[in-house]
Amino acid sequence: MILHELIDFEILRVIWWLLLGVLLIGFALTDGFDMGVGALLPFVARTDLERRQAINTVGPVWEGNQVWFILGGGAIFAAWPPLYAVSFSGFYLAIFTVLAALILRPVGFKYRSKRPSQSWRSGWDWALFVGGAVPALIFGVAVGNVLVGVPFHLTPELLSMYDGPFYAKFLGLLNPFSLLAGIVSLAMLLQHGAAWLALKSDGMVETRARRMGPIFGYVAAAGFALAGVWLAVGIDGYAFVGAVVTDGPSNPLLSEVTRGGSWLDAYGVRPWIAIAPVLGFAGILMAARTFDGHSDVAPLLWSKLGIFGVISTVGLTMFPFILPSAVDPNSSLTVWDSSSSHLTLFVMLICTLIFMPLILAYTAWVYKVLWGKVTQDEIADNSETVY
Amino acid sequence: MEIDVVELSRLQFAMTAMYHFLFVPLTLGLSIIVAIMETVYVMTNRPVWRQMTKFWGTLFGINFVLGVATGITMEFQFGMNWSYYSHYVGDIFGAPLAIEGLMGFFMEATFVGLFFFGWDKLSKRGHMVLTWLVAIGSNFSALWILIANGWMQNPVGTEFNPVSLRMEMTSFFEVVFNEVAQAKFVHTVSAGYVTASVFVLGVSAWYLLNDRHVALARRSIAIAAAFGLASALSVVVLGDESGYAATHSQKMKLAAIEGMWHTQPAPASFTAVGFPDMEARETHYAIHIPWMMGLIGTRSLTREIPGIAELVENAEARIKSGIIAYDALEKIRAAGGEADEAVTAQFEEHSADLGFAFLLKRYVDDPREATEKQIALASNDTVPTVWPLFWAFRLMVALGFGFIGVMAYFFYRANWRGMTFPRPALRLAVWMIPAPWIAAELGWFVAEFGRQPWTVDGVLPTVMSVSHLSVADLAITLAGFVTFYSVLFVIEMSLMLKYIRKGPYLDVPETEQWMAKHEHRLRTHDGNVPGATPAE
Repeated sequence: MILHELIDFEILRVIWWLLLGVLLIGFALTDGFDMGVGALLPFVARTDLERRQAINTVGPVWEGNQVWFILGGGAIFAAWPPLYAVSFSGFYLAIFTVLAALILRPVGFKYRSKRPSQSWRSGWDWALFVGGAVPALIFGVAVGNVLVGVPFHLTPELLSMYDGPFYAKFLGLLNPFSLLAGIVSLAMLLQHGAAWLALKSDGMVETRARRMGPIFGYVAAAGFALAGVWLAVGIDGYAFVGAVVTDGPSNPLLSEVTRGGSWLDAYGVRPWIAIAPVLGFAGILMAARTFDGHSDVAPLLWSKLGIFGVISTVGLTMFPFILPSAVDPNSSLTVWDSSSSHLTLFVMLICTLIFMPLILAYTAWVYKVLWGKVTQDEIADNSETVY
Repeated sequence: MEIDVVELSRLQFAMTAMYHFLFVPLTLGLSIIVAIMETVYVMTNRPVWRQMTKFWGTLFGINFVLGVATGITMEFQFGMNWSYYSHYVGDIFGAPLAIEGLMGFFMEATFVGLFFFGWDKLSKRGHMVLTWLVAIGSNFSALWILIANGWMQNPVGTEFNPVSLRMEMTSFFEVVFNEVAQAKFVHTVSAGYVTASVFVLGVSAWYLLNDRHVALARRSIAIAAAFGLASALSVVVLGDESGYAATHSQKMKLAAIEGMWHTQPAPASFTAVGFPDMEARETHYAIHIPWMMGLIGTRSLTREIPGIAELVENAEARIKSGIIAYDALEKIRAAGGEADEAVTAQFEEHSADLGFAFLLKRYVDDPREATEKQIALASNDTVPTVWPLFWAFRLMVALGFGFIGVMAYFFYRANWRGMTFPRPALRLAVWMIPAPWIAAELGWFVAEFGRQPWTVDGVLPTVMSVSHLSVADLAITLAGFVTFYSVLFVIEMSLMLKYIRKGPYLDVPETEQWMAKHEHRLRTHDGNVPGATPAE
């Protein structure tokens, strides 16, 4: 096969780094509001009918949304195998917790209204709460851990060894910075869920969502700002020592990495990346401000922009690092040494170019078919068939 | 490598995968059956078919959601528990998993919401197209998962990279058109179709036995029997194709399944039953069918199928060759990837056997220091435990032929005996409901247990594939999965039974009107009018 050499290995790696971001952002934008709605459910909806209304705003779409998560996992496996191997085994029990929470969610959506019993239904409501809140929190904690550095090293055979304490496997290392990142993530997705409910529900559910949304928005923005300051003063960055081979075989141990300086040095080297945090703040704050306006769509659109900005900020700040090691910097995974082979990246790019536009098109079509508010009357009329 | 961690990881993977596969086959088959029913509805406009679509669709939904939920575990468990595996073969194995998401699962999951919520929002035809897209999406998913699994059985289109220390893809085409993967795909989806057919048949039979929903049940049986018969034939034919493919790619698995301890003169006989004995390397009380194994395995009268003893000798030679590859690899690594040509040539000559040297890691850290005795032990390890394979395979095949018989019978009664079914046959159909699940799980057991001691045949041993975890980690997750999955299973079964007992939704007035108008057409050949009311 010569075809794949049409695109340089180095460029393919950058493209796949971008696609990784696209998938994570796609996941946060779509499944993010499902998780937000789940986490808000016990508070934003009180009566059974209200809860069903809230659940049915995401009822027809959560399955498709969740595939962003599955595809994200698949894409990490296919394009960044060392990242897949190190992160999921290192955060073993945290991932297990996330999986358990995420398994509760589909079952909760589907089974909750299949029995009339009050205790059955309220049990599933709390399952949906856990299924939304726990992953939203842990994903943030994981990102925080990545910025601080993860305690792992690679053996010469490239077996990943986890060096952190046992308890840390549950939630990742619960250092203060990671907890802050978790709160930012949770608050951001709660606002996103509230924005979705403002668009898709009416009556008391909408009113409560509009009241709660801004609170989460301000918390997220404040946390995001605090995290920025913290990165500037309290956390060391990572850097390569000497020149780096950007198109060689993927073996993280071949390059030398040192800890020092600041992650924020990236803004000196590539000032244009400041656009990402600016979009993050603008989106989150504008979403918070538009909740009390008359527009149904505005909070959701701004919230999407905010999430896009926040996730991009993390990626761009760390580039080319993906998963730095706190105990053995040389083991750190970077864009240049932890990808798949040239051929695999090329094949996967072709597949993505074929299928991603199709996915976006039919997803958009489904949302168009489902456009409009989900009302309580509608639920009552179709009580047998809806969630 | 800590053996406990390896065994617990295997147990957890086997458990979660087999649990996942309780839901997958029904999804694969029922999605198609529901799509067929809806197509008949759109073509004929008869309300009973819509009622059928919605009713089986509800059961499909209860099942589908657990398939999705438990699939999440599968997607991430490779990284969690099989970290070295993920690093070592992710370059090839990850690709089909990602394409599964892009091509299959995304489509299936995006449209399935509209299947349930879109009845009033779409035209009849539009909704039907969408149901087909859900069915096609599920089947595409299965295709890519089986390409990934097929590659573990027969790793083609790949070579070892001595710098990145892993297998890398050399030909995507070979990976996709791997003969093992293709045969496995059709075999597996057909098994899913049989599962769903048996399920529809059994539930409908239960309605007929209780004189409920007769119109719905009879039509469902007609569809299930026709679809089930075709699928049951396909399962067996493609199972045979898999066996044929195994004669060149997985000789040891085949020999173990057959309990074939020594190479026989061609054409070999097939051991129908017997008691395999690992120690003595013979099968006691065996009943042989002459020629049959040679015919199935090689489709010739002259080619030999190697027996276990010969394959162990062969493995020993490959282990010795693997040690040379390992030695060369260490020299290349010591030289920072730039060893002299002689070493590189030595590595390239023997690199295909590198995985065999890894078999020694169980006994010695550095395979180059292995003694003859350790090499002999490692060669013996290439034989999977024979008796479970031997019996699982035979039970699966017997069930497979059983499905053909039952489906053929119901097909005959549905088409030539005016849809009348004797009560004993209906009772058999109800009792048979669990059988396809048993057959499917046995099939996976044969495929995966038969590949031991490898995760990727001839490339990476299972003991090397695991993550650096502690027994405590695994105890927590294993206990978690067992508890969590058991609870979910009870909930799922209770809902399934509730909705089966409850019967179809209300489309009643419309259906009753239609049935009154078309009474003459509903009459059976013996003149009875099925007094069906679609819902009590």
